[in-house]
Amino acid sequence: MSFTTTIEKYTDFEFEKFFDRVRPDDVTAAMEKEKPGVLDFLTMLSPRAAEFLEPMARRAQQLTVQHFGRTIHLFIPLYISNYCSNQCVYCGFNCTHAITRRKLDLKEIEAEARAIAATGMQHLLLLTGESVEMTPIDYLEAAVSLLKSYFASVGVEMFPMQVDAYQRLRAAGADSLTLYQEVYDRQIYRRLHLAGRKTDYRFRLDAPERGAWAGFRAINIGPLIGLGEPRREVFFAGLHARYLDDHFLDTEVGLSLPRLNPAEGDFRPEYRADDRTFVQLLLALRLFMPRAALTVSTRERADFRNHLIRLGITRLSAGSCTGVGGYARPVGEKTPQFVVSDTRSVQQVAEAIAAQGYQPVYKDWDLIA
Amino acid sequence: MHRDPLTIGTQTFTSRLFTGTGKFSAKAQIAEMLARSGSEMITVALRRIDMGAGTENILNFIPKTVTLLPNTSGARTAQEAVRIARIAREAGCGRFIKIEVITDSKYLMPDNWETLKATEILAKEDFVVLPYVLPDLPLARRLEAAGAAAVMPLGAPIGSNRGLETRALIALLIENCRVPVVVDAGLGRPSHAAAAMEMGADAVLVNTAIATAQDPAAMGHAFALAVSAGRMAFKAKLSEESATARASSPLTGFLDSPPQKSPQ
Amino acid sequence: MKVTINGDLASIAACTIGELVAQRGLDPKGLVVEHNQRIVKQEKWPDIRLQDGDHLELLSFVGGG
Repeated sequence: MSFTTTIEKYTDFEFEKFFDRVRPDDVTAAMEKEKPGVLDFLTMLSPRAAEFLEPMARRAQQLTVQHFGRTIHLFIPLYISNYCSNQCVYCGFNCTHAITRRKLDLKEIEAEARAIAATGMQHLLLLTGESVEMTPIDYLEAAVSLLKSYFASVGVEMFPMQVDAYQRLRAAGADSLTLYQEVYDRQIYRRLHLAGRKTDYRFRLDAPERGAWAGFRAINIGPLIGLGEPRREVFFAGLHARYLDDHFLDTEVGLSLPRLNPAEGDFRPEYRADDRTFVQLLLALRLFMPRAALTVSTRERADFRNHLIRLGITRLSAGSCTGVGGYARPVGEKTPQFVVSDTRSVQQVAEAIAAQGYQPVYKDWDLIA
Repeated sequence: MHRDPLTIGTQTFTSRLFTGTGKFSAKAQIAEMLARSGSEMITVALRRIDMGAGTENILNFIPKTVTLLPNTSGARTAQEAVRIARIAREAGCGRFIKIEVITDSKYLMPDNWETLKATEILAKEDFVVLPYVLPDLPLARRLEAAGAAAVMPLGAPIGSNRGLETRALIALLIENCRVPVVVDAGLGRPSHAAAAMEMGADAVLVNTAIATAQDPAAMGHAFALAVSAGRMAFKAKLSEESATARASSPLTGFLDSPPQKSPQ
Repeated sequence: MKVTINGDLASIAACTIGELVAQRGLDPKGLVVEHNQRIVKQEKWPDIRLQDGDHLELLSFVGGG
């Protein structure tokens, strides 16, 4: 049993026909359900539902406040390596790009940790490019252990692993796993991932549940918006989240909808989700998964992120550097994984959150060893 | 605790629990109940005195600080209610009057039509009129227009202890009335009173459930706590709702305006 | 002299309402007197002379909800 079996049921599903049949009444009925089903979710994702953005927003806000209170959880990413053996045509770390490759040693990581901790951030997301050779599990394990002494929570976002490797990271102190499928559409996935281990669609798709087996407290998943048709992609991400939620009761499921930004290279996304569509996708997810964490990264503009605070998101990154290191001493990073749109400091983001009547949460909980 | 007074007519009340003097097994219990419940308004009825038995005056058991709310029980028409009201005022106990006109002795349903007529007359005579009615929004509007100081819809038949059977209709009054809405009759348990307050009633009037409890003073106290809790819950919810309403620009309104540059 | 008090015929010795209330030992607090369908204010009680055949209603507050 894996999510692969679930998603394969939709291989021949006629999305366009379904969307064409959606009536306004279907949308309101779906919105008002206490537990919307998967087709209710798809109804809320339909182009027709775009007319119901405001009521969806109000419901999303109400549900989010009900389950999370008026709080926004803050975290900060730390990239410790940009070595990558994959060839993802949309990514700045693509192995064919002639960028400066770097990997921080433990001493450098500690310096970054000190600099980040000084901002008050307590929840760290540790990232690497995906290179098993250059960032082997021993290295990652050591990095997690080190960072755990500086932060209340360390999450990892790196190449998909087997359960035993995840267990090692868990034992080292990592408590959450973030792994984006990038694109759920299998054909598109194949076209965009040209080389490396990442060409294995299924190994990646099943990784979040392996992480759940390994005992990560929280699992974050999502599609990269722009690679596949956004409504379908978010539908599959929602299904994936519901699958994890149903199968792993002790795991907090979270989602993020990173929108493609121009990165290194000349990739032009085939699909686009404008702000209005993006908001609809987020709202539909919230209504479908009322208790799921929803993250919005610094890929999004500051003013847009401010507006999203009241629309059901629960986590924001802040003060992010998306190149390797960059906190201990500014490196004038030319080749980030993606371009940061919201360049505000942690303090500024926290103030913006407070200005909306929400509480910025630096430390949600602490894992007691 | 910040103050959250209720004003009816020109008088201000701290307690939102109104009580009644009917059905107590001993009058002394009334004083004790008032002390324990903190109730600041209590109903009384007007009757011919019994010339034979030297019964104790009920007023001796009600502190001066508690407002008397004479009712017009026994009245079957507007005219009878008006006469009782005038007599009650002559007793020198203030201008408050609960209009209660009952023509149905099977269910004790108030007669809204006669009640409205009595309200029109008494409001002009400077009474503070609290009409006891079936919850009916158009009628409540007419009562307001006639000068009623509050409306008192019933939750369930008098003395039935059945709770908020008319909840949906009372909700309409609460949403739409400008004068205070006091849920009267049928509230049999503190939880009923809490529910009424939670949905936004301005006060409740409880008599039977308190008077006929084994320990009326304790039950009065229990109702007082329930009323406070319900009120607090309503206010807490209210602030959340008003926070939403404060977004006079809708939550998704920003999508319609041209994108702004990020600050700085 | 005979008057009707609260519907019952009664022989009384009092000449005024004030005297009647006092003789019957009634607590004037909250007491209302209707004399021939007219409410008489308390301060007027000593002034209202009773006559044979008068109708009096004496009312006071009792328990009620």
